[in-house]
Amino acid sequence: MDFGSIFGLALGEFLTPTTAAYALAALGLAVHFGYSGLLNFGQAGFMAVGAYGFAISTLTFNVPFIVGLLIAILCAVAFALLLGVPTLRLRADYLAIVTIAAAEIIRYIVTTNTLFRITGSADGLSSFQREFDTFNPFPEGTYIFGWSNRDLYVRVVCWAVVILCALTVWLLMRSPWGRVLKGIREDENAVRSLGKNVYSYKMQALIIGGILGALAGLLFTLPRGSVQPANYATDLTFFLWTVLLLGGMSTVLGPIVGAMIFWVVLSLTQNVLSGLIESGAVTFISTVQAGQLRFILVGVALMLLMIFRPQGVFGNKKELAFA
Amino acid sequence: MTVRTGSNGAAGITPTVEVSILRSTPPDQSKRRSKGLQKAMGALFAVLMTALLVAAPAAQATTPSPSPSPQQFQNNISGFLRDDTRAPIPGVKITARGNGFEGSATSSANGSWSIGVPTQGTYEVELDTSTLPEGITLAEGQENPRSVTFSQTSNLSVIFAFGKGIVLQEQNLAQNVLNRLVAGLSFGLLLALASVGLSLIFGTTGLTNFAHGEMVTLGALSVFVFNGLGLPLWIGIALALVVGAGFGFLQDSVLWRPLRLRGTGLVPMMIVSIGLALATRYLYQFFFGGATQQLPGAQVSDVQIGTLSLSPNTLWSLLVSAVVIGTLGFVLLKTRLGKATRAVADNPALAAASGIDVDRVIRIVWVVGGVLAALGGILWAYYRPGVTWDMGSQILLAIFAGVTLGGLGTVFGALIGSLVVGVFIELTSLVLPPDLKYVGALVIMIIVLLFRPQGILGRRERVG
Repeated sequence: MDFGSIFGLALGEFLTPTTAAYALAALGLAVHFGYSGLLNFGQAGFMAVGAYGFAISTLTFNVPFIVGLLIAILCAVAFALLLGVPTLRLRADYLAIVTIAAAEIIRYIVTTNTLFRITGSADGLSSFQREFDTFNPFPEGTYIFGWSNRDLYVRVVCWAVVILCALTVWLLMRSPWGRVLKGIREDENAVRSLGKNVYSYKMQALIIGGILGALAGLLFTLPRGSVQPANYATDLTFFLWTVLLLGGMSTVLGPIVGAMIFWVVLSLTQNVLSGLIESGAVTFISTVQAGQLRFILVGVALMLLMIFRPQGVFGNKKELAFA
Repeated sequence: MTVRTGSNGAAGITPTVEVSILRSTPPDQSKRRSKGLQKAMGALFAVLMTALLVAAPAAQATTPSPSPSPQQFQNNISGFLRDDTRAPIPGVKITARGNGFEGSATSSANGSWSIGVPTQGTYEVELDTSTLPEGITLAEGQENPRSVTFSQTSNLSVIFAFGKGIVLQEQNLAQNVLNRLVAGLSFGLLLALASVGLSLIFGTTGLTNFAHGEMVTLGALSVFVFNGLGLPLWIGIALALVVGAGFGFLQDSVLWRPLRLRGTGLVPMMIVSIGLALATRYLYQFFFGGATQQLPGAQVSDVQIGTLSLSPNTLWSLLVSAVVIGTLGFVLLKTRLGKATRAVADNPALAAASGIDVDRVIRIVWVVGGVLAALGGILWAYYRPGVTWDMGSQILLAIFAGVTLGGLGTVFGALIGSLVVGVFIELTSLVLPPDLKYVGALVIMIIVLLFRPQGILGRRERVG
């Protein structure tokens, strides 16, 4: 077993586009849940809306990159409005059920064979990233960590987007607007009695977190150049919640560090286990089972975190969205 | 934050008040006895669960699966070949092509065939007519080759009709609607089994349990495992219900009761239940694998009753769930325990103050919920048909839709809501393509929330 390569692979996970996408989507969840107390269990739906909004407008309507980006964001706004209007006046668990249902509706619709021409059905869509690649400023060659120029380019873009969004969220939450939002999380009625329109604030938070989710969907699909509906199942949402709880739900850095820990630990367990299996040290499980073992660990980690350290690594216990 | 008053503070205090009332309620002796019992039961079920999980891979190896089924893949295209006198036709070659895959199978002695395919999607299925026995031809109007598409389940049945000059009866719309209606009632009732349990748990503890789908899966998986051990089907089913009860008991005593006593909020508990669902679901996959298995007697051909054409399993399922739900309704309305349960659901603090042992009621609700979910899972395995590791989470949202439609926390609402969802899913499949089957129900749920958020039977103040 080559520990060097195992650790190398694990360290490589720190900066992958997928880690960036998870970080950004979890940041959106932090805006929803950590700062506003909105239980969004449909973040996978927002990511799918962003990814498919971009892919379909690029492939079917041949729009330029920037228009595709705008369409993806508009789709996320529309999706947030659609979810928020019926549920934001209701109790928190209604939003949870409606968002998870809506995310599944999106997944069913992009999976159905009826719309094969537009969505590519279960196979998904690909090669919508060509224009994105033409913006690559780095000349061909091998860069640090053995990355190709495209590897470097997508990583720079992804993390620039994450940092930019994190800064925006940080500034927003320090502003008077953010204070009202935190007030709503603590006690809706108190804020309402101060004359604030709680419904409108919640809707704005839902939209902003949703846009972050849609951008995360783009970071998830653009680097790999393809989008498949199977990636946007409810499990994705639950992984994002694990990431959020790992880092700390009402912090800006929390989701980013949470995503890094999540992927590094997943990579380590996977590679150590398959290394052990290949070397014959572990015989009672197969490599396929090793992959499933990781998700069992994710579930257990989610439970234990919620029970014993709900504030996560960075969080402040006073700032939890629930008492 | 400075605005930390009102509902938050109150929510923190309420559970402790309940507990202090509770402590004074049960006499000391029975409490000690029940503690001992609790430990013994816990140990028993722990052993049972371990046995179940250890047995699973072994059972998988010796599965009594029908005919030459290459179970390497998760998805199957399968069917039965029978001639017009319903005698099986063996030795016929059938090929499936599509999504860059080609596989073939030969029908076995009982006429069954099954082709494992790597992904769900559209396939072209062709019956090799040259391998048909003398004198048997495909009925007129039977497309061959034909293109078939997977719906949500991982098993796809293809029916070839045979006979000399027999034209397959065109089913008229009314007949189709009637068939779907009965199938929908059956599906709705099996959904109701799960959603009534979910609703009871929600009513008494306030928990939205995302792990309920895994309780459903457990029932079907247990029957499959016990059957693989060579036990008769009815004993397997009885044991599976016991396992379901044990899982409910275990969940409450190990996880939810301690969390309630700590005063954990409802939202954290909901997230804990998601973690539990993930862990349990992948644990099932870890031991059971990704393949679709069949329970004994799951693949039978339809029977004709009057103008209805349905699988007998659907009718059995309809009967069983109707009887069980009727019994449950009687218990809830007429017995002391049922009244206590409804009292706890209405107002736990007041119920405790009037001498009801709230914790005991909640424990019973979890056990009953586990049994109902397991039974629902067994029926669901026959309805689809097939047993998979994620079969419960596939209908979790339909269960939620039923509960929300009826009104969160109302038992009879959950029943009506599930019936509506079941019938609606089946009826919309007349119009919608099969892979959009569940979308209609989910859309309806969201629309109902828009206009009547408390659901059909819910009371307005519950929503807040």
